[in-house]
Amino acid sequence: MDVKTLLDRLFPQNHDVRFDGVYLSGEGETSRGPCAVIGSIDAAPIGVELAFQMAGEVLRIVREHPGRAIVLLVDTQGQRLSRRDELLGINGYMAHLAKCLQLARNQGHKIIGLVYSQAVSGGFLASSLLADRCYALPDAEVRVMNLPAMSRITKIALERLEALSQTSPVFAPGVENYVRMGAIHGLWEGDLAARLVEALDAADSADLRRQWGQQRGGRLLAQDVSKRVRHYA
Amino acid sequence: MSSYYEASARERLQNLLDPGSFQEFLPPSARAQSPHLLQLETPAAFDDGVIVGTATLGGAKVLAAAQEGGFMGGAVGEVHGAKIVGLLERALDERPAAVLLLVESGGVRLHEANAGLIAVSEIMRAVLALRSAGVPVFVLDGGQFGCFGGMGIVARLCDAVIISEEGRLGLSGPEVIETTCGVEEFDSRDRALVWRTVGGKHRYLLGEAKEIVADDIAAFRAAALALLDAKPDLSLDALAAEHEALGRRIERFGSAADATDIWRAMGLENPEKIPVLEADDFRAATAGRRL
Repeated sequence: MDVKTLLDRLFPQNHDVRFDGVYLSGEGETSRGPCAVIGSIDAAPIGVELAFQMAGEVLRIVREHPGRAIVLLVDTQGQRLSRRDELLGINGYMAHLAKCLQLARNQGHKIIGLVYSQAVSGGFLASSLLADRCYALPDAEVRVMNLPAMSRITKIALERLEALSQTSPVFAPGVENYVRMGAIHGLWEGDLAARLVEALDAADSADLRRQWGQQRGGRLLAQDVSKRVRHYA
Repeated sequence: MSSYYEASARERLQNLLDPGSFQEFLPPSARAQSPHLLQLETPAAFDDGVIVGTATLGGAKVLAAAQEGGFMGGAVGEVHGAKIVGLLERALDERPAAVLLLVESGGVRLHEANAGLIAVSEIMRAVLALRSAGVPVFVLDGGQFGCFGGMGIVARLCDAVIISEEGRLGLSGPEVIETTCGVEEFDSRDRALVWRTVGGKHRYLLGEAKEIVADDIAAFRAAALALLDAKPDLSLDALAAEHEALGRRIERFGSAADATDIWRAMGLENPEKIPVLEADDFRAATAGRRL
């Protein structure tokens, strides 16, 4: 979905979002009050500048609008792959963004992620996966890597990966797989403004994704193994 | 001297922590292995490539996790990640003096890529929750595979990184960049270039690693001991200061073509000599100059 259409549907009362290249920020009005909006368009690769820009906006929101909910609308093809970004310490910029979001969470800001187009690998890690709850539109694309590339690297035949991906959600791209594994809480259809309000009402600062993954049958071990380590005597 | 680089994850734990103090949670006898690897007929490990447990360090209680690079390059799968998350959550209950992460990882394990990616995000959330609760997390980075992918982000979420010259820290590994963007973008076989870009010295000079040590487990131990009193600070002031520093880094070095240009801009004399200096000489030569 085009981001302008998305904003109209998420915030039918009013929204004021500014675009700066692939970066966007602003606010939208919901029946629970104003929400801050931070995101990207055009499947932006997330490099040091974009991560820095988003982190700066989170800090501004914490400073100027205590408690205001934050909606992440990040469209990304993944981390920017370049020697220059590595030289500057791109992982540290992404970690900084994660810390800023944690600060917001600690200060009572709810954080909702919505994958409206693409979320890939490191770009997903540094954004929507850090939300209290992450959702997606049904036609969104979520992946670490496509199957042909995965086949080349793991040296496992593509046919085998394709066959297994019919039954196992753990490696193949697809938004449904992430729902089954608990990382995406649900898919939004119909009245998006209503979905957003429901999400804001339900958001919880605890990370319950392992529990959901177990309940939905897509990730059977994470909850159990982490609990066994936590309580191992 | 006992090389950290050459040691296995178990040897690192044995020699880093107080002698005989380490007790493992979910040891290999518990058979916590990856069903996903078995399904792909890929060899699995009884500890899924990470060892987690409790110990003392200089008499202080710590929890520790060590990734084994010898098993799939320390890559994070569902079980591997869940063990680290469980350890971090245990620290919320037990409030040790610190959690030590002996990282060595290429990032997400592609054989179970979705599970690995989600697990890394859970490690990130758990580190942040633990630091928010006042328990510091320290990273030790000096293994053969370095620390890349999502674990590279995790490392920078923690209170401090202790790195050796041999240690590497980044997001996309040189091979990944070369494969995707071409050898002219990043020649992963140019070892000097790789070390200048993601190696311990550059990370230390940028201020991303708090300490740089020789490739010696005892040196890592001493550095970890010295950090034990540090307290996490995720306050607005602390993050605003970090933000300013990261902004300055882009302004000052954003158009640098190579690490040596950055080192020169930092005022280091003979930047081209930096790679050959031993740890002690290197620290002396760069004192007061690093960020």
